[in-house]
Amino acid sequence: MSAAEPVLRVEDLHVEFSTEDGIVHAVDGITYEVHRGHTLGIVGESGSGKTVASMTTLGLTRGQGARVSGSILFEGRDLVTLSEKELRAIRGNEIAMVFQDPLSSLHPFYKVGAQLIEAVRAHQDVSRAAARERAVELLGLVGIPDPGRRVDDYPHEFSGGMRQRAMIAMALANDPKLLIADEPTTALDVTVQAQILALLERLQRELDMAIVIITHDLGVVAEMADDIAVMYAGRIVETASAELVFARPEHPYTWGLLKSIPTLESGREAELLPIPGTPPSLIHPPSGCHFHPRCPYAQPDHSRIDPQLQPVPGQPEHYVACLLEADVRRRLWGELRDGRLPEEALEAVGLPGAPV
Amino acid sequence: MTRYIIRRLLWGVLLLILVTALLFVLFYVLPAGDPAKLRAGRLQNPKIIAAIRADLGLNKPLLTQFWIYIRNLGLHFNFGYSYYSNASVKSLILDRLPATISLVAGGAVIWLASGLGVGIISALRPRSRLDRASMGGALVLVSAPEYWLGLILLYLFAADIGQVKIFPGANSYVPLTTDPVKWFTSLILPWLVVAASNAAIYARLIRGSLIESLGQDYIRTARAKGLTERRVVLRHGVRSAINPILTIVGLDIGVLLGSSVLVETVFDIPGIGKLNYDAITHSDFPIVQGTVLFAALFIIVANILVDIGYAYLDPRVRYS
Repeated sequence: MSAAEPVLRVEDLHVEFSTEDGIVHAVDGITYEVHRGHTLGIVGESGSGKTVASMTTLGLTRGQGARVSGSILFEGRDLVTLSEKELRAIRGNEIAMVFQDPLSSLHPFYKVGAQLIEAVRAHQDVSRAAARERAVELLGLVGIPDPGRRVDDYPHEFSGGMRQRAMIAMALANDPKLLIADEPTTALDVTVQAQILALLERLQRELDMAIVIITHDLGVVAEMADDIAVMYAGRIVETASAELVFARPEHPYTWGLLKSIPTLESGREAELLPIPGTPPSLIHPPSGCHFHPRCPYAQPDHSRIDPQLQPVPGQPEHYVACLLEADVRRRLWGELRDGRLPEEALEAVGLPGAPV
Repeated sequence: MTRYIIRRLLWGVLLLILVTALLFVLFYVLPAGDPAKLRAGRLQNPKIIAAIRADLGLNKPLLTQFWIYIRNLGLHFNFGYSYYSNASVKSLILDRLPATISLVAGGAVIWLASGLGVGIISALRPRSRLDRASMGGALVLVSAPEYWLGLILLYLFAADIGQVKIFPGANSYVPLTTDPVKWFTSLILPWLVVAASNAAIYARLIRGSLIESLGQDYIRTARAKGLTERRVVLRHGVRSAINPILTIVGLDIGVLLGSSVLVETVFDIPGIGKLNYDAITHSDFPIVQGTVLFAALFIIVANILVDIGYAYLDPRVRYS
């Protein structure tokens, strides 16, 4: 991470919702920062709190009765304490967001151009004609062919990829300093995914934005992110530069994520290893390490001790929240990387198996 | 778009012909009443009956009769002749039309304004006290029959029999052209009755529809753009919540124009519903037939307008 002031610094953020079944701890104390021109990838399963965390950044969880604590520092201002009106001036202006499903995220009854014009005029006091010009310019910027004509199309006349381009154009309407992209490619075809990611990278270079990209897909962050934060059950369990996370992952959950995606190197015969079990309840999270019920390497006392995010010895920019010894983790990952199954890795390292 | 409209219009015409055929069967073919005998008055002189039969063309084959009936309707707007009132059905209906339109239009304005208002407020604060109170009130109003509500209002507020004499009571209708002020005051109570049950239904409909549309992804997008909550709700939420309501508005207005029998009877308003009611009590079948056909026409036209309006409001419809 660079030494300059980060664009966004989230510190010990907690987000809770009261429901009939109890309090949902959607985000349970996360800390991260993003710098200008850099991309942070937040990775996790559905229900890990990654979306709630980013929605909270824009204050969009306020209407749902979220209780927020901690701080979200954006250029020195704490977004948690801002009034709704002050936040609104930042939303779509200095911080913009792109969502998962571009078809349902665009209003079906308004022309694409009208929705872009609305975004421009929400923060700039310009005439309709000027805003329209800007809309055409934005559509061109994101690579929509013949933008002068397509600006008058309705969303349903766009293809899926074009819709996401239009969403990105809308997010860029007011030259944001920070772009939050929540699963921006999940609803798209694989070829279109690659185009959208390339577009985001190009725009980042040209506009020097900070980007937070939220995804369950390690492939997406491998391509885009400078830094990666892996979230599990509302917490960050591992964070480091993208290279480190892919080359020397430290957390068993990250191993699971890495082993559950197919790679070209592993060949057709190599088996994918799904992470067993389901994401934990955020109302009654597991005791101790939240991952222990699904962790093949969990030891008896891991259900009692709650691990803290700590630097990995010898790697000051690499943090992990795991109760296993550093050298045990290194040896386990070494075995897994060589294609061994978790049980075999356990035996090779000489750890007793997880209590089932 | 033009093709869409033409297609809707052709369907409307076809539907109208079907309704006409059904009415023809009901009134001419089924043995409910021999039209000639019904028209011959109390002294059933066979000669007169035969004369009427020839006059009405009842001695011709059924299909020929239907063709003549359709031709009269389609080319001359001839709805037949009421021997009871000694006037053409068309002139009777057209005479009564302004009163019915006054009643329905005013009622619709009130029910839409109050129904939408209450519905939107309820949707913004679901399960709040205000929401519970208005939805409870709506349930009561939906359940209250119109004639009962009408009588209660007359009993409470009518100038003649009311406990608090504020509004003109029954049989006080004055055409708009004669005296606009009296027209207005005489219609206040009937309007409220027409509006009450409908407003309640619409409040519930718009509430449900708006709650659903406010949960959509594009509402989140609108908020993320930094729009004011007011703009998010009205321009993005209500805009899409209103569509399903529009369908029902058109139909309800069409139905009411054709058949506000109860309200017109309770308040003695000389509209089409009252005309129909009186015709039924007098067995004046040409008028019954005419008013029913008129009602069908209103509903079909309303349907076509709704479809066209829908295509205008929802761009996706135009292409399917």
